[in-house]
Amino acid sequence: MFSYYLKLAWLSCKRTWGMTLLMVCAIGLGIGASMTTITVNYLMSANPIPHKSEQLYFVQLDAWQPNDSFNDDGDAPTQLTYRDATYLWQAQKAKRQSIQSGMSAVIEPADKEVLPFMVQGRANSADFFPMFDVPFLYGSGWDHQADLKKERVIVINAELNERLFGGKDSTGQTVRMAGEDYKITGVIDRWNPKPKFYDISTGAFNDVEEVFVPFSLITEQKFSRSGNTNCWKPTESGFQAFLDSECIWVQLWVELPTAQDKEAYFSFMNAYAKEQHQYGRFARTDNNKLRDVMQWLEYAEVVSDDASMMMAMSLMFLLVCLLNTLGLLLAKFLGKAAEIGVRQALGASRNDLFIQHLIESGCIGLAGGLLGLILALLGLEAIKVMYGDWIRDLAQLDFTLVAMAISLAVVSALLAGLYPTWRACQVQPSVQLKSQ
Amino acid sequence: MLELLARLELGPMFRALMRNKIGALLIALQIALTLTIMVNAIFMMQERSQQMARASGLDETNTFYLSNTIFAQNYNVKTALQQDLQRIRQIPGVVDVTQINAIPLSGGGWSMSLQTKAGDDIEGTGSAVYMVDEHGIDALGLELIAGENFQSPDIGWREIGSTKWPAKTIITKALAEAMFEGDWKSALGKTVYIDNHQPMQITGIINTLQAPWNGWNGVERSMLVPQQLDGKGSRFFIRTEPGRRDELMPVIEKMLAESDRGRIIRKVTSMEQTRDESYQEHQATNTILLTVIIVLTLITGFGIVGLAMFSINRRTRQIGTRRALGASQWQVMRYFMLENLLISFAGVVLGAAGAVGLNIWLVSTFSMSPLSPVLLVIGVIALLIVGQLAVSYPALVASKISPATATRGRA
Repeated sequence: MFSYYLKLAWLSCKRTWGMTLLMVCAIGLGIGASMTTITVNYLMSANPIPHKSEQLYFVQLDAWQPNDSFNDDGDAPTQLTYRDATYLWQAQKAKRQSIQSGMSAVIEPADKEVLPFMVQGRANSADFFPMFDVPFLYGSGWDHQADLKKERVIVINAELNERLFGGKDSTGQTVRMAGEDYKITGVIDRWNPKPKFYDISTGAFNDVEEVFVPFSLITEQKFSRSGNTNCWKPTESGFQAFLDSECIWVQLWVELPTAQDKEAYFSFMNAYAKEQHQYGRFARTDNNKLRDVMQWLEYAEVVSDDASMMMAMSLMFLLVCLLNTLGLLLAKFLGKAAEIGVRQALGASRNDLFIQHLIESGCIGLAGGLLGLILALLGLEAIKVMYGDWIRDLAQLDFTLVAMAISLAVVSALLAGLYPTWRACQVQPSVQLKSQ
Repeated sequence: MLELLARLELGPMFRALMRNKIGALLIALQIALTLTIMVNAIFMMQERSQQMARASGLDETNTFYLSNTIFAQNYNVKTALQQDLQRIRQIPGVVDVTQINAIPLSGGGWSMSLQTKAGDDIEGTGSAVYMVDEHGIDALGLELIAGENFQSPDIGWREIGSTKWPAKTIITKALAEAMFEGDWKSALGKTVYIDNHQPMQITGIINTLQAPWNGWNGVERSMLVPQQLDGKGSRFFIRTEPGRRDELMPVIEKMLAESDRGRIIRKVTSMEQTRDESYQEHQATNTILLTVIIVLTLITGFGIVGLAMFSINRRTRQIGTRRALGASQWQVMRYFMLENLLISFAGVVLGAAGAVGLNIWLVSTFSMSPLSPVLLVIGVIALLIVGQLAVSYPALVASKISPATATRGRA
């Protein structure tokens, strides 16, 4: 029976090919536009570290100025002062803790013929690698002792390893950076979490850094810091004065496996704030925050306004396309009243007719969905060209999205087909036969 | 008046519409949604276009910049900098060059708060800070509208980590207006305070110079500070004679890279490219919105054509009868055009309400500004015209139906 209905649907579509084409195009365009924007939104709001995102917390302390809050919404600042961050890090109250900031430096290759070049890097403590499950191609990160002793150790990424060592295991070798030799402890395998949750301050969808060095080396002033620095209180000149200042530029992540651990750590943070309050700092002692990965990304609004606005627009666009299809299907099915009358007279039940017309709607939806998928692929390519490099990884269809596109199309078409089908089944065969 | 209405057959038309409520309702709803989306999308495009149209104040077509990163140890930054600037200035075709700490529209830079009175708890006005030498105004291509440029004795060295500010500053008109109640001329010669306590005298006012952050609401507020940076990373901002920028960019890069092996020259970028990159998202969003508007209008238009064709097919015999009873071709055509106008009108009324509603939601969720009524009116008129254009072909087909159809058994 199903194949017979398919055949009927095909014949019916062929007879009114103009209308059918219009409906397929309408659904295709609606699905194409929606899937393009849904894809970007879906990937922007993805969980970058699903298996432990609920154990990793971003520490926010409110050491900002007394008269004014850092954010318009009154929330705590998004970075920490050096003194607060190092205090919390040294306390080692969490299972793991990573203190960090951006850095950049010039690398001088051993081969003097090759020109020196600049690398973007991260200054972080040893826990960074196990905390964020950083995959290693060779070797590993450094240990806590290296942080404390300010050892010149470095972790490089696979691309840099390819560039400097032709992709061979380079652990134990040295890299000359910022005028000093750094010993390689490990090479990171391909790793590019999107969003780049561990530091979104200079762009939530940037690529992962090329080098990683111990954060404690920051105080040696050999390489330059990068990232945002915000200050509210005038400071004395000099680097030590800067480190002691109220400027915020350091980030701290902690790993807390259980809810109790989180409670305990949060009390510890608040106790620290209260203690500092007695020395005239921390005007707001109860404004500290401990957010896990997804809470933090949601709070920081990594999904751009433009992206959500576009998604709202494209869903409304899909609605217009569906209304369009609904109108056309209605016209089409009512136009077949005579044929339906004949079929009823020949013994087809309303049920049969209902299924037959739903199948026809479904086929149109399926065709529209396939067209929509092609349009979505084109749309995503266009987005990559127009928005530039950073959106590259956010404009890719995966299996879930493809399945979603097809089902969205078929469900929409069935919904749009429901009322016209019902109307078609109301046809009185006697009236139709009489007018023949 | 009544007679005119009667002649337009509005009564029968309305009764006919009521017999096919759903079809008319679907068209009206489509038009309503189309108007809702269209008006808001155009409005979003307008906002972006206006932002992109703002002048940066720079001579954008003839300027570029590059990064100079020093890695050699024991490097004399001060001497090397003076030498570099000298060498660049001697190249034929170069108008001027300055060292600068940040690039307008590039997204990264310094900002400070300025106060008209010294003190800790006084509200200040945020401003972008550009550290330049006495060649700054010329190299950037700025227009000095009051006061005077820095002289070479004014220029000091800023050591890394220093928090000391020089005695003079040149500010933009917008910053002067923000600090002195709209009267920028009065700002000249006044003393303002930076870092809460340090005095700076305003010795000049420039017309326009945008901050590095295009999304900042204070993007027109900038200040020039007579300082050169004594650091291992610096930027040179270079202005060439008209039309010679592209030819000189590689020349200067090569000259600098070869003259000194203790540093690397990176990111040689024209100001035009910086503008494009700065507004890349705006541009892309506008392109997408425009595509959506066009496709949406087409879909709605074709939907109207499709449904009108269908309803005319169903009414072939009636139309034939009307023609046989003496209705002219024009009267038949007019009937369908008017019918569409009636439906479209209901649609745009609904759509206008929808557009305002969507705008209110966008304003509250995405901090957009409220819609202008003019745009709404234009959108309404545009959609009515689209409706009329779309229905004109089916109406023409209807008018061609022969009166003889009425006499046939079945169409």
